[in-house]
Amino acid sequence: MHRKKYPFIAGFLVLPVGLYVLLVIWPYLQTISYSFTDWSGASQNFNFVGLDNYKDLANDDVFIKALQHNALLLVLVPTLTILLSLFFAFMVNVGGRGGAGGVSGVKGSAFYRVIFFFPQVLSIAILAILFKAVYRGDDSGLINGTLQAVGLGDKNNPTEWLNDPDLVLWCIVFVMIWAGAGFYMVLFSAAMQSIPKDIYEAALLDGAGRFQTFFRVTLPLLWETIQTAWVFLAILSMDAFLLISTLTSQDFGGGPDHSSEVISTYLMRNFQTYSKSGYACAMGVVMLLLTLIVSIVTLRLSRRDRIEF
Amino acid sequence: MTAPATQPPVTKAKVPSQRGSGSGPGRDGMEGRTLNAFSHGFLVLWAVMIVLPLFWILLGNFKTDSQIKSSAWTWPTEWTFDAFQRGWEKGVGDYLLNTLIVMIVSVPLTMLLGAMAAYVLARYDFVGNRFVYYFFVAGSMFPVFLALVPLYFMVDRLGMLNTYQGLILVYVAYSLPFTVFYLHSFFRTLPTAVHEAAVIDGASHTRVFFQIMVPMAKPGLISVGIFNVLGQWNQYILPLTLMQKQSGGDEDRSMLAQGLVSLMNQGNYETDLPALYAGMTISMIPVLVVYLSFQRQVQSGLTAATIK
Repeated sequence: MHRKKYPFIAGFLVLPVGLYVLLVIWPYLQTISYSFTDWSGASQNFNFVGLDNYKDLANDDVFIKALQHNALLLVLVPTLTILLSLFFAFMVNVGGRGGAGGVSGVKGSAFYRVIFFFPQVLSIAILAILFKAVYRGDDSGLINGTLQAVGLGDKNNPTEWLNDPDLVLWCIVFVMIWAGAGFYMVLFSAAMQSIPKDIYEAALLDGAGRFQTFFRVTLPLLWETIQTAWVFLAILSMDAFLLISTLTSQDFGGGPDHSSEVISTYLMRNFQTYSKSGYACAMGVVMLLLTLIVSIVTLRLSRRDRIEF
Repeated sequence: MTAPATQPPVTKAKVPSQRGSGSGPGRDGMEGRTLNAFSHGFLVLWAVMIVLPLFWILLGNFKTDSQIKSSAWTWPTEWTFDAFQRGWEKGVGDYLLNTLIVMIVSVPLTMLLGAMAAYVLARYDFVGNRFVYYFFVAGSMFPVFLALVPLYFMVDRLGMLNTYQGLILVYVAYSLPFTVFYLHSFFRTLPTAVHEAAVIDGASHTRVFFQIMVPMAKPGLISVGIFNVLGQWNQYILPLTLMQKQSGGDEDRSMLAQGLVSLMNQGNYETDLPALYAGMTISMIPVLVVYLSFQRQVQSGLTAATIK
């Protein structure tokens, strides 16, 4: 029965595991060791400099600014996305009333599910081209054009959305929510559908309104999924690189004048433009630590009794 | 299940109004209807906010450059596909070809290696099984970003910067964690009886895998395959880092997403936005087709990626 079992196992595992270790695990580990060097990246010569890179980071104004922007994104994006998608999911699954079973989504639920989710499958490149056009600084941009069409915009002085230091980060936040809300709606929908209908029916018979049903039935039973979503969104906003680097000005994004700088854009600029690979790796490690801290804190803070159903 | 049981007294006040009307608008009263209008309005508004920008860009394919730049609300006067041709010639055709060359190899290879690893991990007991499995799962927890600098030099050392085979290997490696994770749970659910019967009949382990398990796992393979097709088609950061020209004579092997963004940034399209929009449309159509045809698998696949 077990003839040639081990050669078979080894044969099936060697390629996937080998490739994975070589190109995924090993680079992750190397990031940590390079962060203690003054490596430029151009040659294989580097010196061990201990914690110097980390000390430099602590005194680097741009990095501090980037860190603050990351913190802002970390709070705003998950909170807003989750609130919005919870609302959508509730409407689509239990928002409708009057069906035979008493619990159903609003009309057109299937349609909303398809449409809202769509941005999730679009590439960052598409999002970049799309929102460059939407945010364009003259009246040919979709937002400026629309504002002017309804008489709200100033034709002589249109808003330069992505070049305004006060607005640029908010523009990014909006795109992240725009792209993500549908995905989390589907995620929460799946969780809501696993809640037995009789719980809702019982609440309905007790005369619970929609608000009560939501806050007293849905929310507590969804807590674990929300927690997962928060961690996932936090990690996502940690690396807002793709969007920011494509939408904002400067090498690898972050402009104007670092007002949308995040760690990842600064990391890439140090790596590719300034040839400071060791320094870039140190930023990578800071990001890694922050990601871990956020995940652990979220999981601890929101720990509740598991609800069985 | 204690939460719903602790309802406040407010509920009692509402009970009488419910009697007798099993369904119908009367149940929720005014609060319900206002909320209803508001929520419906919001759902519609969000749908418009998703569809309108996309539709607006698609319309841009048929406008002239000056029409696009003069005002947001112009309507195309001539419905021609010239922009597609111009975009194609400016590089989109090449980028599309590059992307297809890479994906024709990388997607099947991802599936094959992923299925092999997942199968062995799911169905065979051996020392270190759990360790290898968690090793794979852990890899999908961190952003690719953190590995980017060393990855670049690793691929460089292999002499594979700006080569198709280099990007293929990297795509496969970074797609493995989710593929293994998803297929692992799938192989576990398959019945063992068929497998055992085949082994008694003298089939080798390899034969059992290819002739029995793979066909049985087809639904799972399709789901994760769609996930990989979308993911690799839309990949941006890996090609941006690894597919750069190494010298003046080196060929431009940009992937579609990467090529479009660099065209946008280089200003090649400064005077021809319709062509850029056409390039975007070309790269969006396959995604749209895959998404609309496999909408359920895409949604469940991506959702499974989150809940680990």
